[in-house]
Amino acid sequence: MEEVKLMKGNEAMAEAAIRSGVDAYFGYPITPQSEVIEYLMHEEPFKRTGMVVLQAESELAAINMVYGAAACGKKAMTSSSSPGISLKLEGISYMAGAELPCLIANVMRGGPGLGTIQPGQSDYFQAVKGGGHGDYNLIVLAPSTVQEMADFVNLGFDLAFKYRNPVMILSDGAIGQMMEKVTLPKQKERLSNEEIIKRYGSWATTGKPESRERNIITSLNLKSELQEIHNQHLQNKFKTAEKNEVRYEQIQCEDADYILVAYGTSARISQKVVQLGREKGLKLGLLRPITLWPFPKKIISELADHTKGFLSVEMSAGQMIEDVLLAVEGKAPVAHFGRMGGMIPSPSEVLDAVEKEINKILK
Amino acid sequence: MMTTAVITPEEIIKKGKIVFEKTKLMNDCTLSYCPGCGHGVAHRLVMEVVDEMGIEQDTIGVAPVGCSVLAYEFMNIDMQQAAHGRAPAVATGIKRVFPEKYVFTYQGDGDLAAIGTAETIHACNRGENIVIIFVNNGIYGMTGGQMAPTTLPGMKSSTSPYGRVVETMGYPLKITEMVATLPGVAYATRQAVHTAKLVTKTKKAIIKAFQNQKDKKGTSIIEIVSNCNSGWKMTPVESNKWLDENMLAYFPLGDIKK
Ligand SMILES: Cc1ncc(C[n+]2csc(CCOP(=O)(O)OP(=O)(O)O)c2C)c(N)n1
Ligand code: SF4
Ligand SMILES: [Mg+2]
Repeated sequence: MEEVKLMKGNEAMAEAAIRSGVDAYFGYPITPQSEVIEYLMHEEPFKRTGMVVLQAESELAAINMVYGAAACGKKAMTSSSSPGISLKLEGISYMAGAELPCLIANVMRGGPGLGTIQPGQSDYFQAVKGGGHGDYNLIVLAPSTVQEMADFVNLGFDLAFKYRNPVMILSDGAIGQMMEKVTLPKQKERLSNEEIIKRYGSWATTGKPESRERNIITSLNLKSELQEIHNQHLQNKFKTAEKNEVRYEQIQCEDADYILVAYGTSARISQKVVQLGREKGLKLGLLRPITLWPFPKKIISELADHTKGFLSVEMSAGQMIEDVLLAVEGKAPVAHFGRMGGMIPSPSEVLDAVEKEINKILK
Repeated sequence: MMTTAVITPEEIIKKGKIVFEKTKLMNDCTLSYCPGCGHGVAHRLVMEVVDEMGIEQDTIGVAPVGCSVLAYEFMNIDMQQAAHGRAPAVATGIKRVFPEKYVFTYQGDGDLAAIGTAETIHACNRGENIVIIFVNNGIYGMTGGQMAPTTLPGMKSSTSPYGRVVETMGYPLKITEMVATLPGVAYATRQAVHTAKLVTKTKKAIIKAFQNQKDKKGTSIIEIVSNCNSGWKMTPVESNKWLDENMLAYFPLGDIKK
């Protein structure tokens, strides 16, 4: 049964994991996302659905537990916040190399280093440009509501298994901590071992019956020729995802003279900025990427044909702006506005920045 | 003049006379190990036990980073390759979602006792119901003979070219003794495979470890003190002698916890 509840983003994601039929969660506490494992341990899904929940000794261990479980064809996930994601990157790169589906949530805080426990968006490069070593991409989903924190669990696993690739939910401390109304999905049953063998038996290590060759999960190729073929295979997969999986939301972009590009918490603030601007007679719009990778290049390029300028609003020194610049292809000026260190910009300061940029263009 | 009786090949390999056959679960391929290396024997023993227990359809192995990184090429069962040191965490993930399967890791001393120390200790501390095969050759074989956490005091390696200086490089780590103190560990033993007698004993230990897993007793760890003739820069025969005289003096054989 669907259920409407008032929940924190982190809790909504945890509950959605249980309801999406996830087989295992492995995590390690870190603010601002510890509620995920706390909620799961409190709910005891091992009794409800048989879902495994385990507190690992580190993020390194947690992601490698995900590796082991995912390689068995199971739905496995982990979550963390910025410093913990840095530790997970080794495992993430291995999983991309070994073509393992899994879900990783990063409830970002400000960095670098131990940084702050307040919300940040400064892990964009890490999530979208690889982060770990080697040529790979993650499919990156950016929720901006508690509802999306819940919805992207199921979507994330669908995409992860469709492409046999890790998927990341790139959230931030504000979305993780805020409470909102959320419609929780119906309980999905976890797949039986027989069903897993039927669906993923061609690659998953489920135990080798006499009827098939052994399944090997590895990211190693000692022969460069073979590794390059594997790389090409991965790249083809990423190209397909780029073609098919772009998701975004447009808010009042149709008649907009000036467009803000923002995701997550920054998108919520920017939506308010659009409203305030319009009240002042400025025709503003918001393009909200839902997938940060693949990035909604095409729509931004199209909008650039009849827009006077873009402002990339991020809680970082300016990371996504690089992708906006590439998408705009010099057709319009692109500026950045951001706060760092866990500071969340107010709508009025963003609006000031917008007005300044518009004045520059008019001059 | 003496006449010799002619024996046909058929007679030689007549059933009943066979004392040893190629291990069924070892693939027909060339091992990547140096001639004289103990890794191959250790592989064979694990596969013999899995075969004899009839659990090959339910066994998932985890290969490490080290000379045995390609163990999955040699063993004819489902296998996963793990990042350097992470095999116990990977095995935990497998065992937790497939509690009815048999799961083992196969790791070197650098893998298990240096970069993977945390994963090893915590998997053991949780009493993960898995088997850990730990091949201790006192060196980083794969990367060309660098110092390992288990390198003996005074022992030369490419990163301790004048011998391991314990004051600055620390002492060899007896990690099997360490994890044997943990309640989660059901069985901890140290074995070797450089003589026929020891091979038989090691096999018995591996059988016991898999039996423990069947009986859900917790973690079983089998350390196999082995040679690395290439890394030690010795002939295989010299290396086995050196192992006997030096390695076993520091790492005595026998059960540490049963
Ligand atoms: C993260 C990481 N660091 C370093 C290496 C390089 N490396 C490969 S094998 C190895 C040492 C393996 O030694 P050991 O575990 O003792 O296995 P052996 O080869 O002796 O059997 C090292 C350092 C690596 N692959 N990954
Ligand atoms: S380098 Fe050492 S451990 Fe590796 S295969 Fe050769 S002898 Fe064995
Ligand atoms: Mg070694």
